[in-house]
Amino acid sequence: MLLALLLSAAVVTLTLGRSYVPITDVLRILLGGEVPGATFTVEVLRLPRTVLSILAGLSFGLGGVAFQIMLRNPLASPDIIGISSGASAAAVFAIVGLSLTGPVVSILAVLAGLAVAMLIYGLAVRNGEAGTRLILVGIGVSAMLQSLISYVLLNAPAWNRQEAIRWLSGSVNGARLDEALPLLTTFIVFGLLLLSRSRELETLRLGDDMAAALGTPVSRSRIVIIISAVSIIAVATAVTGPIAFVAFLAGPIAAHIVGANGSLLLPSSLVGAVLVLVADFAGQFLLPARYPVGVVTGVLGAPYLIYLIIRVNRTGRAL
Amino acid sequence: MRPVTPPHQALAPTPWRSRSLNLSGLAGAFAILAVLCLLSVSIGTRTTSLSEIVAGLSGSNETIAEAAVSLRVPRTLLAVLAGAALGVAGCVMQGVTRNPLADPGILGVNTGAALAVVIGIAWFGMSDPQDFLWSGIVGAGLTAVFVYTIGSLGRDGATPLKLALAGTATAITFSSLVVAIILPRADIAGGIQSWQIGGVGGATLSRTLSILPVLGAGFAISLLSARKLNLLALGEDMATGLGERVAVARLTAAAGAILLCGAATAVCGPIAFVGLVVPHVCRLLAGVDYRWLLPFSALGGAGLLVAADILGRIVARPAEIDVGIVTALIGAPFFIWIVRARRVRAL
Repeated sequence: MLLALLLSAAVVTLTLGRSYVPITDVLRILLGGEVPGATFTVEVLRLPRTVLSILAGLSFGLGGVAFQIMLRNPLASPDIIGISSGASAAAVFAIVGLSLTGPVVSILAVLAGLAVAMLIYGLAVRNGEAGTRLILVGIGVSAMLQSLISYVLLNAPAWNRQEAIRWLSGSVNGARLDEALPLLTTFIVFGLLLLSRSRELETLRLGDDMAAALGTPVSRSRIVIIISAVSIIAVATAVTGPIAFVAFLAGPIAAHIVGANGSLLLPSSLVGAVLVLVADFAGQFLLPARYPVGVVTGVLGAPYLIYLIIRVNRTGRAL
Repeated sequence: MRPVTPPHQALAPTPWRSRSLNLSGLAGAFAILAVLCLLSVSIGTRTTSLSEIVAGLSGSNETIAEAAVSLRVPRTLLAVLAGAALGVAGCVMQGVTRNPLADPGILGVNTGAALAVVIGIAWFGMSDPQDFLWSGIVGAGLTAVFVYTIGSLGRDGATPLKLALAGTATAITFSSLVVAIILPRADIAGGIQSWQIGGVGGATLSRTLSILPVLGAGFAISLLSARKLNLLALGEDMATGLGERVAVARLTAAAGAILLCGAATAVCGPIAFVGLVVPHVCRLLAGVDYRWLLPFSALGGAGLLVAADILGRIVARPAEIDVGIVTALIGAPFFIWIVRARRVRAL
């Protein structure tokens, strides 16, 4: 069902826009045909954007839910505990400060994301338990990284700044198909690695002792999961910017849709893709001004975070 | 009615922390602040000599150095005022919420003020600093009420984690909204963006003086609430038992804090972590009595902001780092330290 939703969202973003291109024409163009007047729109403007949105959404959704499951806390998603900020800070520095482009930026972002993940984990864990401390430490680290980002941006040339704000709030504007390649490769390598670990992840959800009793090599699988999740998130961040809250929202939404049984990894990955596609479409065409996708998800996502806090408070469960 | 031990005696300072010691502590803090101010006036891209400072202060701006001094004076004054305001606001917020992580930045109050100012600029064509001031205060007040309401829903009231999360969520939403408002408006984006980071660099004497009445009111309310904050620190039940109307006490104290941080934000932009760090350090120096803690926090906040401003000018010479960035870089590790030290549930 989610797959169907994703497909139809993709079809909508390919056919609709400033001008309408019938679906048959879109198919013909995708298969290499020529349709006068529409080929450019679809092939150069819409297709890269759609592909990039889908890949970024898949990555954010998958990486986010992996963290949420592993740390047993819906708030422990990479965008709240500062891992995304780490990747952004590295990417901003590489792009604005060192004028780098392409895969180098992605690699730097991954390294920074991993470093931040280790830092937060190292600062928060005591006797193998992190819990709420991890989230608070993450908020602190994230505040620090945000101020670094602001500093780099403020020193950027003024003509760069508008573009930088756009990137920082997460955007698939001006997408090109060749940008999608690193994203696709990382997603195939690490995404599949993560998906193959879904059973171990499920046992980790039950607690470390339980997982060990069920035969999961706890620390090794945790390391694999962290590296894979951080990698896909960081590469996606390096390409599109930190699209706010997709990593955080995808898991809980997927849990609503598929229920508690079964693995959440694939569903929330798909939900992430749908979220990015729809939010980008809304940001482009449904709102009075053109907004980057991250602004739309940011404005939509925060009320959900607030709702989550309220709901957890009501049920009285310690967060 | 049976006479009750006045709470300030229940909280009587330990012998080695006597009144005279606290007074000399305050005097020391004041002296340090004075030295920092002098440094702030003399240090910058161009370092000035004492005679040039004196000449600059007496209104002359014939040489470059004297002109630099006359630019640095309002800036230093603003740093002192805003720092004191943020320090006291943080101290009061920690007292009102009994939450060691309370800080106008972490609770999202500064972002609320910023959003209100940005809305005013973008939609209502505001350009008068006096209007910034009022919209900043209104935004800060609304946000404080909102965050506190969300954070305190549920069984065990406003725990540090819930408040911090509610504040973070609100801050993220509001910054998304700020971006949403300024992105289509290239004409105002640049100015707002540098304001949004928090700085005292563009200070002018008239703008600085324009917030004085509001700050004065905020300081007065906060200092007058010191006794109430002492009572609140004993716990809600105890405070009620001692005849304090808890809700009223909270509201008045919070109103003082909101005036202070709203006004500071309206002029400097959101500056984080001053309100968090200063009261904690001052507690080590002055103990837990808010009647001492508040003045200490005022001096400490002023000192921290002036020092951060000087640091920002020295580190990247000849460029400058905005003071908001410096305080975040100093303050965030401190925040993490508090979280790690398990003092989160104390207060």
